[in-house]
Amino acid sequence: MLGSLTILLLCQLAGEVVVRLLGLPLPGPVVGMVILFLGLVIRGRVPTTMEQSVRAILGNFALLFIPASVGVMVHLAAIWAEILPITAAVLGSTVATIVVAGRLMQALSRHKREDAA
Amino acid sequence: MSGDLTSIWVYLSTSPLLGLTSTLLAYQAAMWIFERGGRSPLLNPILISVSMIAGFLMATGTEYRTYFDGAQFVHFLLGPATVALAVPLYNQLPLLRRSWAAVLAVVLVGALMAGGSAVLIAWAMGGSEKILLSLAAKSVTIPIAMGVTERIGGIPSLTAVMVMLTGVFGAVTGGWILDMARVRDQAARGLAMGIASHGIGTVRALQMSETAGAFGGLAIGLTGLVTAVLVPLIHSWIR
Repeated sequence: MLGSLTILLLCQLAGEVVVRLLGLPLPGPVVGMVILFLGLVIRGRVPTTMEQSVRAILGNFALLFIPASVGVMVHLAAIWAEILPITAAVLGSTVATIVVAGRLMQALSRHKREDAA
Repeated sequence: MSGDLTSIWVYLSTSPLLGLTSTLLAYQAAMWIFERGGRSPLLNPILISVSMIAGFLMATGTEYRTYFDGAQFVHFLLGPATVALAVPLYNQLPLLRRSWAAVLAVVLVGALMAGGSAVLIAWAMGGSEKILLSLAAKSVTIPIAMGVTERIGGIPSLTAVMVMLTGVFGAVTGGWILDMARVRDQAARGLAMGIASHGIGTVRALQMSETAGAFGGLAIGLTGLVTAVLVPLIHSWIR
């Protein structure tokens, strides 16, 4: 567990360094994810201990979003003042995006399968 | 006696212990409710925990900043957990090898759709510029969304709220929306959840299947990337 956590933190650290060196408009952890992914591709498999630790961490992924989300309480007044446009924008765009992205991906993968068949 | 309790509260309310403990307690209570309710997406654990904590803070007159002093230890783990998404992604490597071109195309269309339609809808309904700018990046993971919003002159903390609302709405309704749209393919379901509702949608996708979770995780990074590059560009064209 400790070893795996150290590797995750090292990848994040490397990600932060790359982002700052290259001036990328990306957060360090996302670049860290790419670095770990490349590392796994080079190594050719996921070590068992890492598989277990990652399962434990991602099993409680929801917990990690709570502190930032509680920040909603600070903006209640600003949100309330424009509740209609905000609600319509969030609901409408989310439904549209899920439908379009889901249908498009399904169509493209089906197309691919028919090509292979 | 009540004097003692008051002084204990005065001590606890300023210590990080309370923010951290209340976060873990609320999360476990929410997970218990979620499991008891047959894992219904309506009982979204993040929605329930946030309501409980925000309600508690407002009822006790505690400031968000005081709460966050303790909760930041949990918040910090968001970084390593984002890195950890590389593992389910790697486990999907064979699938990814076959469909990377489709994934890239769908992410490009989806990311433009997510930000573009949100801004257009809010604009059509008379939303203020402050709201429009804070909506553009609302479908991507919190650290990217806040960074992008800062670049285009929106209010980052307001964006964090939009990100949260988008995530919870997508997580709660995404399964039904995908069923209604007859999207059965697990890769397509996960990708759509991740593009529209970032990490919170991906938590839901992980509950659907491991494949859906992996494509959700993939979408978080790619949609974030596309949004981080395109939103400031498009904003500078429109100006």
